Amino acid sequence: MKAFTFTRAADAAAATRAASNGHAAKFIAGGTNLLDLMKLQIEAPDELIDINRLGMDEITTTPGGGLRIGALVRNAVLAAHPLVRRDYEVLSRALLSGASAQLRNKATTGGNLLQRTRCYYFYDTTKPCNKRQPGSGCAALGGFNRVHAILGTSENCIASHPSDMAVAMLLLDAVVETLKPDGTERHIKLADLHKLPGDTPEQETMLERGELITAVILPPPPAGRQIYRKVRDRASYAFALVSVAAIIGEDGASRMAFGGIGTKPWRVPAADELRAPDDIADTVLAGAAGHGTNDFKIPLTRRVIHAVLRDQNPERS
Amino acid sequence: MNRRVKSPQRPVTSSGRNQVGGTSGSRAGAQNELCVRDSKRRSNLAQTIDITLKVNGHEHSLTLDPRTTLLDALREHLALTGSKKGCDHGQCGACTVLVDGTRINACLTLAAMHDGDAITTIEATGDARLAALQTAFVEHDGFQCGYCTPGQICSALGMLNELDAGMPSHVTADIQGAGMALTDEEIRERMSGNICRCAAYPNIVRAIAQVQERAS
Repeated sequence: MKAFTFTRAADAAAATRAASNGHAAKFIAGGTNLLDLMKLQIEAPDELIDINRLGMDEITTTPGGGLRIGALVRNAVLAAHPLVRRDYEVLSRALLSGASAQLRNKATTGGNLLQRTRCYYFYDTTKPCNKRQPGSGCAALGGFNRVHAILGTSENCIASHPSDMAVAMLLLDAVVETLKPDGTERHIKLADLHKLPGDTPEQETMLERGELITAVILPPPPAGRQIYRKVRDRASYAFALVSVAAIIGEDGASRMAFGGIGTKPWRVPAADELRAPDDIADTVLAGAAGHGTNDFKIPLTRRVIHAVLRDQNPERS
Repeated sequence: MNRRVKSPQRPVTSSGRNQVGGTSGSRAGAQNELCVRDSKRRSNLAQTIDITLKVNGHEHSLTLDPRTTLLDALREHLALTGSKKGCDHGQCGACTVLVDGTRINACLTLAAMHDGDAITTIEATGDARLAALQTAFVEHDGFQCGYCTPGQICSALGMLNELDAGMPSHVTADIQGAGMALTDEEIRERMSGNICRCAAYPNIVRAIAQVQERAS
């Protein structure tokens, strides 16, 4: 691990100012992804700003009937919160399907959104990776890309976004609340937070330098049954090959968001208007392209859409 | 236990390059090389951080390189080598300890982030449930080589705390329900962050189930 200075921020405003001063300063909250990457020197911040004692760990109802989740709420605490279990089951389910209990106890809401890809080549510092080292190339194209994205890719990067939590939050139209170093707050739709890789896969979000996620806000709970279905290579403690977060109404209308298949949490609102599983799949998978060993994700996504709708409406199968 | 309290205060100012499977300790050559190559950052190496950890009821004041993980602080500075370094990347669970009663991977957190926190390791004494788990693992042969065992037992202790708090899991059918039974399926899911290279899983499940059954 490269050397760094360690500071403990007095408050959120001081943290953002400190992070904007250092050339390579990082906030550390749970640290479960950042320290993993620092040990491999994939991340090498000069300064770590510990934000663990800034509060921001409460879950409160909003005047509009939604939920405000502090950025430092741990994944396990969020999944187990009575209001989340009752009103946003898809979020509880998504969180519980991710990582291990030890990691969920440490990982935070804000950090989960900012976790980095588990692309094998991003992690292998002996291989080219445009995300890790811009301009060096992409070893996943033409390499083993079983876990990689089929949507939102570019010729520079096909890394998938690993979060389960973000998929459920995207489905729920979550909004990310941030604080900038100049003291202004802003609200960013989760749908807009992550960037497509394009020519700059190293730029993963629209957050500015020093900008701190302070909370995630959920709108009032949606009507309909909430489902999170995750397909993976083992029964527990594995990233999604394909995951679907869905809300299905009594009239059969559905809305869905997807994990494991996109370079960011993936959602195609136009598919909400459709009823037939194949029509939904056609719309979601428009433009999807496999890269060899992840070709299977295209038919698998279609089958998972069928399965989610069939399980909800058994007579339709 | 008390004779271990005195901290060796060994400087670990370039414990870096903890790679997969790496062990900490005597790597002076590699460390010196790293320091020289990294001369631009040398000024940073001067930083040490003073913290207090309350480990198994005993307070320890430590002066550490900020890079020191909680696991290395326990093993290398407090000589509490029960917590094991397996993968050093949060994948195997051998380093599992409890912080204020909650299980975490000690390898994926910095000691500096835990100033003032109460840490429970496998060396703790006086916790009836921890003792019951240790006995049950022996009775049921819940290990072969034993390397993962401290992490398994600390993880099981944390898991039972989570069950007490009514926390659901991925396999809980009704996550809105209050009480949940600790079925074998629940134990397997809730313990999935602990890998056993010897595959003693069936006996680990039995040991944990016995502790829960006898308590209820």
